[in-house]
Amino acid sequence: MMTVDNRPAALPVSRQTQLNTLARREAFVGWLFVLPALLIYAVFVLLPFLLTIVYSFFKWNGTGPMTWVGLKNYVTVFQAPNLIGTIFNAFWLVVWFSFIPVGLGLVVASVINRVASGRFGEIVRTVLFLPQVIALVAAGIIWGWLFSLSGLVNEILKFIGLGEITRAWLGDFDWALSAVGIIGIWVLLGFCTVLLSTGISKIDPALYESARIDGASWLTEFLTITVPLLKQEISVCLTVTVIAALAAFDIVYVATAGGPGNSTAVPGLQVYILAFTQRAVGLASALAVILMFLVIIVLIPIQRLSRVESAQ
Amino acid sequence: MNKKSLLWSVISLLVLASLLLSACGAPAATEVPAATEAPAATEAPAATEAPAATEAPVATGPSCGADSVVLKASFETGFDIPFKLAEEFTKQFPNVTWDISQDQFANLINSTPLVLASDNAPDLLRLPTMVSFAKDGLLMNLDPYATAFGWNDWPVPQLNQNRIDADGVRGSGTLYAMGLNYSLTGVFYNKTLAAQIGMTEPPKTVAEFEDLLAKAKTAGLQPIMIWGSAKSGMGLAFPLQNLMAAYGPVGPINDWIFQKAGATIDTPENLIAAQHLEQWIKNGYFPADVNAIEYTDAAARFGKGEGVFTFNGDWQNAGYDKDLPGSIGFFLMPPAEAGGGYAAMSAPLTFGIAANAKNPDCAAFFLNWVATNTEARKIDVAIGGSNPGGPSDATMPEVSAGSVTSETLAAGPVMGADGGAMDFIANATSSIFAQGWTPELQKMVSGQQDAAGLLKAVQAEYELEIAQQ
Repeated sequence: MMTVDNRPAALPVSRQTQLNTLARREAFVGWLFVLPALLIYAVFVLLPFLLTIVYSFFKWNGTGPMTWVGLKNYVTVFQAPNLIGTIFNAFWLVVWFSFIPVGLGLVVASVINRVASGRFGEIVRTVLFLPQVIALVAAGIIWGWLFSLSGLVNEILKFIGLGEITRAWLGDFDWALSAVGIIGIWVLLGFCTVLLSTGISKIDPALYESARIDGASWLTEFLTITVPLLKQEISVCLTVTVIAALAAFDIVYVATAGGPGNSTAVPGLQVYILAFTQRAVGLASALAVILMFLVIIVLIPIQRLSRVESAQ
Repeated sequence: MNKKSLLWSVISLLVLASLLLSACGAPAATEVPAATEAPAATEAPAATEAPAATEAPVATGPSCGADSVVLKASFETGFDIPFKLAEEFTKQFPNVTWDISQDQFANLINSTPLVLASDNAPDLLRLPTMVSFAKDGLLMNLDPYATAFGWNDWPVPQLNQNRIDADGVRGSGTLYAMGLNYSLTGVFYNKTLAAQIGMTEPPKTVAEFEDLLAKAKTAGLQPIMIWGSAKSGMGLAFPLQNLMAAYGPVGPINDWIFQKAGATIDTPENLIAAQHLEQWIKNGYFPADVNAIEYTDAAARFGKGEGVFTFNGDWQNAGYDKDLPGSIGFFLMPPAEAGGGYAAMSAPLTFGIAANAKNPDCAAFFLNWVATNTEARKIDVAIGGSNPGGPSDATMPEVSAGSVTSETLAAGPVMGADGGAMDFIANATSSIFAQGWTPELQKMVSGQQDAAGLLKAVQAEYELEIAQQ
């Protein structure tokens, strides 16, 4: 009887401890699942990140002895015109890699949504997205041909009567960076378009319908419905493309390698040359740390924009 | 739940911290020995290895022995010579087989220090640069082998570029590498186009050469074809250094390249040279799009008949002979005054032995064999197009008359007799080419830099880079 009486009282307690251990085990199993990714993240992201900061205070060639130099590497970055100049180039690339692809992407996505939502829209999206899957090194060589003195770009210019402005675009001090920027648009436009048109497809079609019933033009629709409701996607696009611009390496490396005369040199390229060609690992790390802070400073307002919107 | 999640986050932080610490520990462990051993190591090879190596030659001479040996090697992709030589070597010494890894030159610059520092360092390797490796004790001291094989009796310039003294200055001191062959640079010309502008024999002075350039321009031909894209590095460094050696002595240029204390590129003689180059640019002797032309494009365009002259090295011989067989000629850059000495960039195709190589004797035997074996010398000339070096009385392999190679091989001794061999100004530091010469010469092409500014800017970059070493 005692045991029978006790049972109802005992049950909840044991169930609670059971639940407790169950939850704990679940959490433990959960962590086990996370562990491989966490390990890889720690070894390949967090550790190099911390080591870069450590290296930036040393003079080191990568194999020899390390000498502590304090903040000297940072001072050198700000004193050497070759290094600080690259940061200005990176900001000019933001216009080409970020503002133009996001702006154009918005227009293209909304046009596709309005006039070509069927198979044709699919084809346009696929074609625009193709640069993302083409090996950039191969694309860089082809862009080199297109922009060369006897390349297609100049042939077209001659054909339409602009023969006077033809030049070797990637070898021209005034135009090389913008030419690199155009390659950037080609690479990043598809990414932005696909992301933004996915966003548009989530917007309630009823909004557009009622707007059209009220006689709204495409531009009004675009400005009052599409853009405001896409702020989240726009901020993702901006984040990714601004990082692509400020931390640019691959596109510049395959197109110009920083030339002519450092006119297209960007911090990412200088970090590479300093660390691996010049073997000034400390100086390269200092520039990399500065570049990282720069990216963070630029990204904070963009992130805040999306957060304010999601709070609303 | 709150407590629990707090507990978990504490545990996870601990796990993460321990991971980081253990991970940090690993690189630190590899760094510390490097840091503490490095000073010792620079002394050690000389002190501890020399006796061991000298003992061996006294007994039988360094060789590959009779037991089977696997030579571990690291070669440069795109250059066939070492591969063909390795093949021939195995044919002659069947007990030796090869374990060859290969990579592009630019990648070798990045990976060689790490490969040399690893436990599994190659016996024989193409050295993209060498001073810092030697300083860090990563390269085998070859002096004992030089004594054993008699390399020190070979013509002096062959070995000097591979010697490094205690201060890290190249040109004298301990031998750390050997050349598989010795390339020669100068002016290549298209014989057909040269005949059109009335050139019957190579110019004897800079003034005569400039006269020919002017004639080519007037005739509507491209006077000089050359590359200048940052992707290949600026080719105008070739004519610039040739002009430097025409207007001034070779010694100070080599001192600068070898990083002798107080050496400067900003000299009055070099200023005259740079002013000539600036004038050539203003006269339109180089292609308008030179800043966008890559090395391979320039070689191809010259091979298709665009350009009366080009500045390049004999490594390109095979390509020229294929593109325009029998109609490409070669001459050394002429001196400023008639009768003056001839000078040229002539660099060894540098191969070294890792400090912790497993078969250093066999690798050194191979290096000696390349320069002295008749068959190896034939391969060297036929494939590389360059002088195989070796003892001064070694026979030169025959090449077909009328080929560019026959002209470059004939020019070599002329330059050698005048003591005019220089290393390349682009090799002074590992990135003086990428960070100094290339951008500044590109600026000069577009009119944003003058001769005096060019030398000052490059000298400043040179000092900055040396301070970073």
